Amino acid sequence: MILAQIRPAIVSFVLLSALTGILYPLVVTSIAQSVFHKQAEGSLILLKDGKVAGSSLIGQNFDDPKYFWGRISATSPAYNASASSGSNLGPTNPALMDEVKARITALKAADPDNQTPIPVDLVTSSASGLDPHVSLAAAFYQIPRIARVRGLSQQEIKILVDQNTRNRFLGLLGEPVVNVLLVNLALDAYKK
Amino acid sequence: MSLNDFIQAAFFLIVVFLTVKPLGTYMAHIYEGSPAGLNVWLAPFEKWIYRLCGVKTETGMPWKTYAVAMVLFNVLGILAVYAIQRLQAFLPLNPMAMPAVSPDSSFNTAVSFASNTNWQGYGGESTMSYLTQMLALTVQNFVSAATGMAVLVALIRGFIQKQMNTIGNFWVDLVRSVLYVLLPLSIVFAVAFVSQGIPQTFHNSAAAKLLQTAKDSNGKPVIEQDLALGPVASQIAIKQLGSNGGGFYNVNSAHPYENPTPVSNFLELLAIVLIPVALCYSFGVMVKDRRQGWAILAAMFIIFLPCLWAGIQIEQQGNPLLDKLGVDQKASDFQPGGNMEGKEARFGIVNSSLWAVSTTAVANGSVNCMHDSLMPLSGLIPLWLIQMGEVIFGGVGCGLYGMIAFVIVAVFIAGLMIGRTPEYLGKKIEVFEMKMASLVALIPHLFILIPTAIAVLTVAGKAGISNPGPHGFSEILYAFSSAAGNNGSAFGGINANTVFYNVMTAIAMFFGRYWLAIPMLAVAGSLSAKKIVPTTQGTLPTHTPLFVFFLAMVVLVVGALVFFPALALGPIAEHLMLVKG
Repeated sequence: MILAQIRPAIVSFVLLSALTGILYPLVVTSIAQSVFHKQAEGSLILLKDGKVAGSSLIGQNFDDPKYFWGRISATSPAYNASASSGSNLGPTNPALMDEVKARITALKAADPDNQTPIPVDLVTSSASGLDPHVSLAAAFYQIPRIARVRGLSQQEIKILVDQNTRNRFLGLLGEPVVNVLLVNLALDAYKK
Repeated sequence: MSLNDFIQAAFFLIVVFLTVKPLGTYMAHIYEGSPAGLNVWLAPFEKWIYRLCGVKTETGMPWKTYAVAMVLFNVLGILAVYAIQRLQAFLPLNPMAMPAVSPDSSFNTAVSFASNTNWQGYGGESTMSYLTQMLALTVQNFVSAATGMAVLVALIRGFIQKQMNTIGNFWVDLVRSVLYVLLPLSIVFAVAFVSQGIPQTFHNSAAAKLLQTAKDSNGKPVIEQDLALGPVASQIAIKQLGSNGGGFYNVNSAHPYENPTPVSNFLELLAIVLIPVALCYSFGVMVKDRRQGWAILAAMFIIFLPCLWAGIQIEQQGNPLLDKLGVDQKASDFQPGGNMEGKEARFGIVNSSLWAVSTTAVANGSVNCMHDSLMPLSGLIPLWLIQMGEVIFGGVGCGLYGMIAFVIVAVFIAGLMIGRTPEYLGKKIEVFEMKMASLVALIPHLFILIPTAIAVLTVAGKAGISNPGPHGFSEILYAFSSAAGNNGSAFGGINANTVFYNVMTAIAMFFGRYWLAIPMLAVAGSLSAKKIVPTTQGTLPTHTPLFVFFLAMVVLVVGALVFFPALALGPIAEHLMLVKG
C-alpha cells in the first residue's frame, strides 16, 4: 500500500514544485515587469541624477524640526527597510508608556507653543516600523512648527500637505493619510 | 464604531457574500469532474501529470491508502523545505548571500509550511533567499492548501457515496485543487497586487540615500536605506488564498511592500476568506442540498459577526493609559484615532480589526497589525477564534472538515436529546464516527494547553516572554493556540526562534494538522461504506435556524469554553488590571 504511492508522491511533488515554485513566479514576474514595471521594482523615487531617494511606499526617519516626523519605528536603526519589525509592546507594558512619553517630550521640545492634544499615531509605533504615512491630524499638528522653522506661512505648507495626501479609495476604503517622505521632499524643493 | 467603520466592514462582507455562489459552484464542478472551462482546456496537461505519476485516475482509494498518500506527500514536503533552507547558501537565486538557516528553525519552518500553519519564527527578508521563498515556501503554500481541500473532498464523498469502500483518489484531488482553483486565482491576485505596489523582481535590494541622515544604536551615521525586494507578489497571492499566512517580510502584511494600499488590503482580506467561505457552498452543491451549505455558513457567521463588532469597537476606544497622557485618540475626519500602537496609518482601526478577526477565524495567520499590541479584550478575540478549533471558516478545506466534525457532535447530542439514532445527510452517525469527531474536537485542546503548561513551568519557555505580567502568559498561550490550530499568527513579541519553541511548536503544528486530517479520512471511509437512510418524519432536519443556532452553541461549548480558565489568567486578568488603573 505504501510502496505503490511512492512513485506518485515523488513525481507529483517534483512536477507541482516546478509548476508552482518556478513557473508560477516567473509568469507573474514577466507580466508584472511588462505591465507594472515601476511598482514591480519597489516604487522607487528617482532623482534627476538617477540616484534613488527612497521608495514612495517606505518611510524614512525624521527628527529634525524642519521636517514632518512620521510614526515611531521599532526597527534598528529606525526605518530599517531590510529588517521590518513592530514594537510588540502590550497595552499595559510600562515600556509603552515610556516610549509615548519620550515622543511627547520630543514633540513639545521642538514646538513649545503648541498646546493642541497630540494625535495618537504620532506617539505610537507602526506595525512595520516602515510606515510611510501619518494621519492628516498628525500632519496638521506639525504645520506650525515647520512654518516657524522654515520661515514659511502655514498656508503654504498646508498646500504641500494637501498635495501629498491620499484620501480614501473611492471615498470608501482605508484612511486618509499624508506621505511623510514625499511631503518632506516637496518642502526641500519648495521655493517662494 | 463610526459610520465609516461600519460601511467598510459591511462593504467587505457584501463582496464576500457575492463571491460565495459563483466560486462555490465552480469548485464543486471541478471536484465532481464536470466541465467548468479550465478543466476542459487543461485536461491534456492534467492527464499528462497523471501519466508521469503512474496514477490511474479511475481507481479510487480506500481511506487508509488515501491517508498514506497524503502523509507521504506531506513528509516529502517537510524534507524538501528543510533541505532547501539548510542548503540555500549553495543554491542559486540568493542575491543577498543569505547563509543556511539553523537546523531547529529549518525544521520548525518545514513543519509549519507543510501543515498549512505558516508560523514565522524567522524574519523573511533577513533569512530566506529568493529561491527558498519560491521553491520551498511558495510550493508548500500551494500544496498544503491543496492537501486540506483534498481531505475535505474525500469527506464529502463519504456522504454522497453508497456502500463503497473507496473515497476518491488523493493525487487527482490534489492536482485539481492546485491546477484549477489555487493557481488561476493566484495569478490574477498576484498581478493585481503588483499594480498596487507589491514588488515582483529578481533584482537585489535597492539602496536609497536618506533625506535626513540617521544614527544607529552606536551613534554612527546612517546615510542609506536598503530596500529589501524580491518576488513578493507571487507569494502573497497564494499565502492569502491558501490560508497559509507566511509572509515574505518579517512583519507580514503590515509591511508597506507586502500590503501597500487600502486596495491591496481589501484584496488580500478578500483572498483570505474567499475559498473557505465558498467551499461551504460547494459542499451544499455536492451533497445535492444547498441548504446544508448555507446552514453551516450561517452557523459560522453567528460566531464571526459579534467577534468582528467587538474587535472593532474595543480597538476604536483606544488605550485609557494614553488618555491620561493627554494623547488625542478620538476618531475624526482627520484621524482614525483609537489604539494605534502596532498599526499602520493607512489601515487605521477598522481595517486592522477586520483583518485580525478574519485572519484568525480563517486559519490564515497573516497579520496587518501587531496582535501583541491589541487591547487585552480585542487580543482575546483572535486568540479565542483560534482556540475554537479554526472552524469559523477555518483554513481551506480543513476549516470545513473541522466544522463537519462539530456537526457530527451536534447531531449526536441532538439525537440523544430527542431519543433517535443520529443521522446526517442520510448517513447514520454511530460510535466510530463519534469517536473520530471527538478526536478532532479535542486534540487541539491537548496540544494547546499541555505545551503552554510546560512552557510556563520551564526556564526555556519563560525566556521567550517579552511583555511583563499576564500579557506574557497570553503570548505563550497564543503561540501554542496558533501552532496547534495551524493558524500561524502570533503575539509577535514572543522570542520563539529558540530551540525550545521551534521544537515545541513544530510538534503542536504537526499533530494539530495530521491528527485531525487522518480521523476525518477515517470518517469518510466509514460513511462511504454505509447505505443512505431515507428521510422520514423522525429525521432531524439540519438546515433549520434551530439547528444552525444549536451547532454554533456546540462549537462554543465544546470548542471554546474549555479555554476560559486559561483566558482568565491572560487577557481577562490584564483587562481587569487596566480598568482598575
